[in-house]
Amino acid sequence: MAGDIQAGADALVVDSKDHVATALRDLNEGETAAIRRGEELIEIKLLDAVAFGHKIAIAEIPNGTEVRKYGEVIGRSTVVIEAGRHVHVHNIEGIRGRGDQAVKEAQA
Amino acid sequence: MKTFKAYQRANGDIGIRNHLLIIPTVICSNQVCNRIVQMVPDAVAIPHQHGCSQIGADKDRTFEVLAGTGKNPNVGAVIIISLGCEVVDPIALAEEIRKTGKPVEVFDIQTVGGSVKAIQYGIELAKRMKADLDRQERVDVPLSKLKVGVKCGGSDATSGLASNPALGVAADRLIDDGGTIVIGETTEIIGAEHVLAERCVTPEIKERLYYIVDRFEKEVDRMGADMRGGNPSPGNIAGGLSTIEEKSLGCISKCGTSPIRGVIEYAEDIPETGLYFMDSPGNDIECVSGMAAGGAHIVCFTTGRGTPTGAAVIPVIKITGNGKMFAHMEDNMDVDVSQILSGTMSIEASGDAIWKEIQEVAEGKLTKAEILGHQEFSINRIGPSL
Repeated sequence: MAGDIQAGADALVVDSKDHVATALRDLNEGETAAIRRGEELIEIKLLDAVAFGHKIAIAEIPNGTEVRKYGEVIGRSTVVIEAGRHVHVHNIEGIRGRGDQAVKEAQA
Repeated sequence: MKTFKAYQRANGDIGIRNHLLIIPTVICSNQVCNRIVQMVPDAVAIPHQHGCSQIGADKDRTFEVLAGTGKNPNVGAVIIISLGCEVVDPIALAEEIRKTGKPVEVFDIQTVGGSVKAIQYGIELAKRMKADLDRQERVDVPLSKLKVGVKCGGSDATSGLASNPALGVAADRLIDDGGTIVIGETTEIIGAEHVLAERCVTPEIKERLYYIVDRFEKEVDRMGADMRGGNPSPGNIAGGLSTIEEKSLGCISKCGTSPIRGVIEYAEDIPETGLYFMDSPGNDIECVSGMAAGGAHIVCFTTGRGTPTGAAVIPVIKITGNGKMFAHMEDNMDVDVSQILSGTMSIEASGDAIWKEIQEVAEGKLTKAEILGHQEFSINRIGPSL
């Protein structure tokens, strides 16, 4: 799971399989964020403002992708998400605990 | 053998607090209990909404939580106050708690003759019992006797990155010394159960873990709702957590890396030594109350959003990886591990700081929740009111 964090990064990728980084401070739209990913520091221009603790797409995520953080699936994308976009409830949804979909399936 | 100072109980348990506990068997006795604790400093009452108009497993659960809280080794003596006509049997409750060897008194308001007489009688009883407790002293006991619950609530993204993995280090330290860790929150392993299942020591325990998660998820299906908004809560979402899976994957690191030796029921006695999973809701107070009823001495509670949560008979140590929140709500927070996120302290060193805090609280250091008088208590409900 989560490992130690090096100083000097704006955001952190927890696992090499992850699609997202977590912002370590409030980041502004248009700024270039230094993102720690294992040993490397990658730079991504932000297309949205991303608040502390929120997620950033580190590469383009196609619609319907199982999105990973901690190396595990945290949900599914509901639109195409470009690199540098804020990733949150507006563009990914949970797969589990979806009683709303169980109702739809029962009605279908 | 590592030792620390605690209260030795007649049945071999050790207590890290020496509470006089006043238990209402039913909501109707709450006010009498509350009045008594107002007059007896340091006595603790656990007012609740239950105890009558309940049947079957739901009634049994209320009994088990009340009995377990009375049997908790941090409780030195108990007064049970009944109304006199409720479904929770006060005599059976007293007998169950007396199995521990601790003094238990029981009376009912209808027999004593109303609230005023019950309050007066209760105060006199409580003052005598409290004086006996105050004469007891801490002695050296094995550190391996310590049972600690791990819980998270009011989570944000710092919980999964900092406070939960740091608490996991402390959990591993306690288990290395022969102690016991219990983790709960069945709701909050949804999407991460496969990671914990791999750590179960037998196929039966693994199967049970999958079963309790599936049972819970079916309940959500039955409600016909998306969990999101209820869990993750609006605050979790504001803090950057998008789905229950993301929250769960951030949650599970708080119990460390030990094998899971058993899955136990809500409020069931926590066995000695190693890591156990308690089938409980994610709701903070219901989960912590279930762990206390199972015999936990302390709960370590990580939070990113900030919460004042305490518990009636056990200290709750509040830990955060959110430095801004720590500065903002310092009166509620015990340990700040936010230096993990600035890259100035390792998870290992932060875990050691939590482990040190656990040992100090076990020897009597008061938590912020205790200082502020937070004594939250609630019983998980599994049936309708009749």
